[in-house]
Amino acid sequence: MASLNHPGDLKYSKTDEWVRVEGDEVVIGITDYAQDQLGDIVYVELPWESGENIAFEGKFGDIESVKATSELMSPLSGDVIGSNEELKEHPEYINDYPYEKGWMVRLKLSDPSQLDNLLNADQYLEYLQGR
Amino acid sequence: MTTNDSAVLPLKRTPLYEQHRALGARLVEFGGWEMPVQYSGILSEHQAVRTRAGLFDVSHMGEFKVEGEDSLAFLQYLVPNDVSRLAIQQALYTQLCLPDGNVIDDLLIYHLAENHYMLVVNAANIDKDFAWVQEQAQRFQHVSITNQSDTTALIALQGPLALTILQPLTRIALEEITYYHFVPGEVAGIHCLISRTGYTGEDGFELYCASADVARLWDEILVAGKPQGLLPAGLGARDTLRLEAGLCLYGHELDEQTNPLEARLGWTVKFKKGSFIGSDVLKQVKEQGPKRLLVGIQLLERGVPRGGYPLYTGDQQIGQLTSGAPGPTVQQNIGMGYVETAHAVTGNQILVDIRGKRVPAQIVALPFYKRK
Repeated sequence: MASLNHPGDLKYSKTDEWVRVEGDEVVIGITDYAQDQLGDIVYVELPWESGENIAFEGKFGDIESVKATSELMSPLSGDVIGSNEELKEHPEYINDYPYEKGWMVRLKLSDPSQLDNLLNADQYLEYLQGR
Repeated sequence: MTTNDSAVLPLKRTPLYEQHRALGARLVEFGGWEMPVQYSGILSEHQAVRTRAGLFDVSHMGEFKVEGEDSLAFLQYLVPNDVSRLAIQQALYTQLCLPDGNVIDDLLIYHLAENHYMLVVNAANIDKDFAWVQEQAQRFQHVSITNQSDTTALIALQGPLALTILQPLTRIALEEITYYHFVPGEVAGIHCLISRTGYTGEDGFELYCASADVARLWDEILVAGKPQGLLPAGLGARDTLRLEAGLCLYGHELDEQTNPLEARLGWTVKFKKGSFIGSDVLKQVKEQGPKRLLVGIQLLERGVPRGGYPLYTGDQQIGQLTSGAPGPTVQQNIGMGYVETAHAVTGNQILVDIRGKRVPAQIVALPFYKRK
């Protein structure tokens, strides 16, 4: 766990997504821990059009690694502004750059108070250690 | 993110557990064992085995010794393949079948010496198999069976450079050991059975030795192979490698609801040798033709097929996948599964139900990958 990176300026969910807050918008991806657990990622499905609504704790996509399929759960509700089209050709960005080129969706928050339920980096790390 | 994990405690560990920890392996539960699923990553390990070499710990596999003057008669009764064809120092692939012809386990039989054999069975089935084999042996007077799984370790060195890496560690002329043959001999000063077998579709060796010696053997081979790009490889790569090679995995392609003829293992079922457990039913299946057949499929659009996904033609379900993954060498998303025999036609287009979405796929010949 020591070699994994969980930046201090992000918020985290217990389902291993990270959230970067930019005004009333957020960018969501999966954490370094999550990508490390999944191993080599080969495919991600983010079937969103701009303007569609993603529900709190709703499924926002599927991610396939060599060994398994996992569902992506949204830690926040909001309207989709965009999803990372580059991941279609480069799913490995999620392994290599989980917080930069590996981002997944950008949302306009419907309820900013949901941010209060997220963990900070220290809390997330503590949560991982207890898992 | 949610992934289904089922942890069953306490897990058994192989004698290489500390090696795996030191190498930074990710350890997972597999058939009651805590095993390395990967070290550096499934793709890099898969690639190492296809192009150079990989070293696998498969010490969780079970080993039973069968001895006594009725050994051959007993084994001929126990398994569908013809054990009488085995020369000493030769190995054979076969199954344990129920009287209904379905598969209790698949295994290798090694002919160690006259009236002396070793059965190598799957880890998750050791207790079930041992009970079954012992029960069947009661019909024979002069046969004794010992479970040596706990004292026997097994590592597999697989890949085109396996021989080159292993040769400096032994006086045995490795190129003289032909496929599915073995010899006893020392490797790095450790007494082993050196077997030219494997489960990856590549050339390679499987080394059986005493559990107490295996850590030293493992370390010596890793050091010897480092200049050639040898990597330790986990169960993740083992699975993608065997899938590309079209090899059955017990619990997926084979189980107690499946017979060897459906699994296209007819080449290992020998009716001419006389009756064996399951032979009456299997003979009928052969005469009438199996109701379903194992096929390979390749997705024609994006997505990854996985074991358990239903297979369709139009709105009609015709079968189900038993395994699936991205095939790193074949560069296709591939799977194996069973379909009704009428649909088991190479080239046929079918649909894979990927979590509610029907994705077109094609039935293709097995194996997906064959080494040159």
